[in-house]
Amino acid sequence: MAYLELQNLHREFAGGVKALDGIEVQLGQGEFLSLLGPSGCGKTTALRLVAGFDRPDEGRIVIDGKDITNVAPSKRDMGMVFQAYSLFPNMSAAQNVEFGLKIRGKHKGERASRVGELLELVGLGHAGDRYPHQLSGGMQQRVALARALAIEPRVLLLDEPLSALDAKVRVQLREEIRRIQLELGITTLYVTHDQEEALAVSDQVAVMNRGRIEQIGPPAEMYSRPATPFVAEFIGTMNRLEATIADPDSGTVEHGGVSLTVDAARGRRRGERVLVLIRPETVELTPADGSGGENTLSGEVIAQTFLGPVTRLKVVGPAADLIADVSTAKAATLPIGMKVTAALPATDARVLELSDPVAERAPELDPVGQ
Amino acid sequence: MKARRGTAPTSYFWLLITGAYFFVPLLATFLFSLKSNQTGKCCTAASYTWVLHQGDFWHTLKISLLLALETIVISLLIFVPTIYWVHLKVPRLRPVVAFLALIPFVVPPIVMVVGLLDVYRGTPSWFYAQPWGFLAAAYVILAFPYMFFSLDAGFRSIDVHTLTEASQSLGASWPTTLVKVILPNIRSAALAASFLTLAIVMGEFTIANLSAFSTFPRFIQAVNEAQAYPAAALTLMSFALTWGAMLSLLLVGRKRGTRAAVLTGAR
Repeated sequence: MAYLELQNLHREFAGGVKALDGIEVQLGQGEFLSLLGPSGCGKTTALRLVAGFDRPDEGRIVIDGKDITNVAPSKRDMGMVFQAYSLFPNMSAAQNVEFGLKIRGKHKGERASRVGELLELVGLGHAGDRYPHQLSGGMQQRVALARALAIEPRVLLLDEPLSALDAKVRVQLREEIRRIQLELGITTLYVTHDQEEALAVSDQVAVMNRGRIEQIGPPAEMYSRPATPFVAEFIGTMNRLEATIADPDSGTVEHGGVSLTVDAARGRRRGERVLVLIRPETVELTPADGSGGENTLSGEVIAQTFLGPVTRLKVVGPAADLIADVSTAKAATLPIGMKVTAALPATDARVLELSDPVAERAPELDPVGQ
Repeated sequence: MKARRGTAPTSYFWLLITGAYFFVPLLATFLFSLKSNQTGKCCTAASYTWVLHQGDFWHTLKISLLLALETIVISLLIFVPTIYWVHLKVPRLRPVVAFLALIPFVVPPIVMVVGLLDVYRGTPSWFYAQPWGFLAAAYVILAFPYMFFSLDAGFRSIDVHTLTEASQSLGASWPTTLVKVILPNIRSAALAASFLTLAIVMGEFTIANLSAFSTFPRFIQAVNEAQAYPAAALTLMSFALTWGAMLSLLLVGRKRGTRAAVLTGAR
């Protein structure tokens, strides 16, 4: 049975802006769910409804079988870590962590031991007497996490807690959040626009778009079997080839006058317009030798982006433009301007019905950050 | 004095000019106050002694200080929650409140007192006939712009929404959030507002005079009309008293800040 349920939540703001358009979420006790999506997709609105800072126009929020839709935020027992630094500036780190316990009337001894325990848990046992302005951004968010956990919340809510931190601290802290979450077995709802972050820490990921959940599932499934073009593009980078099913038996599709074999196209309707999605890391590039070959497209390398162990190459050809991730060592043999042959995998490509490709497209993403 | 590297010598020149503009009148008043009432020659502290022996001096000073305290307390009780609420729930009303806060600047005190005397006519005598009632109410109105703009700046310097939501998510009620989280973080603004209110009440003459309440400014005026040297002494004493009161407020208000600093130092 689900521990936290969001049932058909709707929320519309002034001016007819639909922030949530009937989202459904079921989260088991101790699970970690990330709400992932671009800015304005409604993920923070959903979190705020769960926290009680806003009320839905329609729908219910249920925790452990009890409807809490109209319960005041102070009575919900939710621990929350905010995007903005939210420590109380007039209190030290220890006093911040102690705040919720004082409100609950815990005894001084109990408070002191719990505060010490939690500060140790987040690696700040030595910094209890420091004030927020004496802590770095990462440390402040750790204290905020300890403060949220101090009250032993029923659900831990995290609203893009790492977005203001630098890349290294972000990775470090997200691993710590996951470690602590697993250690305490606390049900967690995490909001982020960073797909890498969501995939790294979650049991379940829900990709949101325009107030709706496009797909929900384990990270590996979201990456390997995206249900919509939007999800496919939002999670990782995808090559999109609009094609027509030429032979459903062999899985042959036609794209720009070239025949390609894609296993996932088997069994579809002949003549159906589809979108073939191919991950850049599955595209194999070799210097063109004029022989062509099966399942290949030809083109010219026009750009290289160094990403560390891999380099991303942009290939422009008569039939399609492609992005391919190759090892940095191999990229050195494929300089800008070189004619190449791109071999497309028959087995790893995903095929989706082409309904409205323009509308379904995920927002432009940073090619390095994906 | 040797100029520090990077500090232009002209800075000291302007500092000197500004200092002179501030201190020369005080010095002149001080020298004037030391003259003898009988001979008109320097130097005697007789004017100061005379002022300190006036019963009205202590009586009106007590009234004005208590009135200032009352005005500060009432104003903070009214304006802190109101401005907090405006910032949190109806930020679009902020310009409206700011406009309302400007009205006491626009309406001259002489007009205001006539209006207030008329409006409050018929109210119980414990209010209408007492400085703690009528005069305090008038001073709260007079202090509104100073309170509003100081507190507004304080609220704008903190993330009211996030702090409130963080406090509530930890189980705090509205009053607890206001008292334990918001108020300590706008303490400087509340202190500044209190200083200004204190200064206004200690110097306000028109309303007190027209409504016939004996306050410290009225005593100063009465002395000023009758005796020149004691008036100068009284002016300086009033100046010192107001600054002393402000300093006390500052010390009281900064007690907690000192604790934070001590903890920091102990680290």
